[in-house]
Amino acid sequence: MHRTGELYGQFQTLDQQKETATLGMWVFLVTEILFFGGLFLTYTINRHAFSTAFGIGGNMLDLTLGAANTVVLILSSLTMAMAVWSATTSRKSLVTIFLILTLMLGGVFLGVKVIEYKQKFDHHLIPGANFDISYCVKNPSPVCGTPAELASEAKEIEEGLKVDPDLNAHAQLYFSLYFGMTGLHALHMVVGAGLLLWLIGQSLKGRFDANYNTPVENIGLYWHFVDIVWIYLFPLLYLINRHLA
Amino acid sequence: MSEHIVSPKIYVVILLALMLGTFLTVFAATRDFGPMNIVIALGIATIKATLVILFFMHGKYSSRRTKLVIVSGFFWLAIMLGLTIADYSTRHAEPSRSLLEESTSLRLLHS
Repeated sequence: MHRTGELYGQFQTLDQQKETATLGMWVFLVTEILFFGGLFLTYTINRHAFSTAFGIGGNMLDLTLGAANTVVLILSSLTMAMAVWSATTSRKSLVTIFLILTLMLGGVFLGVKVIEYKQKFDHHLIPGANFDISYCVKNPSPVCGTPAELASEAKEIEEGLKVDPDLNAHAQLYFSLYFGMTGLHALHMVVGAGLLLWLIGQSLKGRFDANYNTPVENIGLYWHFVDIVWIYLFPLLYLINRHLA
Repeated sequence: MSEHIVSPKIYVVILLALMLGTFLTVFAATRDFGPMNIVIALGIATIKATLVILFFMHGKYSSRRTKLVIVSGFFWLAIMLGLTIADYSTRHAEPSRSLLEESTSLRLLHS
């Protein structure tokens, strides 16, 4: 394809080229909104139908880790925005620095997610044959939490069984959605990390400046979108019914 | 270039607003506001998401055509959520009880 510098033949100006790319990126993000929207819808309907089991499931998540991860992701959105700003103002070495910071914060997020998943594994909360919402109550150990936490958990489950005799199955549904939704979100983070690695490589070659920064801008849009998904996942999965604990 | 460059000052202000939102939503979740808990949680999330779209994602400074695409995404989402939830919430007189009872009677049937 005919190309003059960074300007491809089908465009007349770099402005027009960038506007087109941004528009295309947003069209892709619209499909992503609807993609995650389907999962949010599934979650909402089931949460409404099995609110007791979903409330108990939500209380079993680690609020501290969830909140810490929210802060980490918001910080990574700031460093991403700063990378875009550095590119549009031709501060080439700052672009690389901010991109690396963003990648590191993304790595911290995924690391915390691994710790959380491992915790759920230890608590027998992975959907499947060994899923047991009462496992920690039946087998109290320091891995499961403090005696006070387990006592309130036991009481919640006992109360819950009176309302919903199928509590275990419905709590399993909650955790299926928890792993499905956070897993898909984490997969997006992994893809984002791959894109960031490529951006860092290009940035080290000094490719991005005020004239041409479309890849930084558009991967930035993607990264912020993934942040927005987490902004909704966090309250929906971790926070509703939290006061009951 | 005609594009608008957002200053780092604005980004930091947005960051602080997002942090405050995160703190507020965690704090509100530990209080009992009855059915308002979910409204507060999703309200704060929507404010945070709007800030990210308008400033971090430059939605506020984008062309009208791009703005139309952004709004259309949420418009289609609203159709999907609104119509499906309208369907589910009118299938039974009391949807939450009925779905629960259905699953319970299925369990009894199989036991």
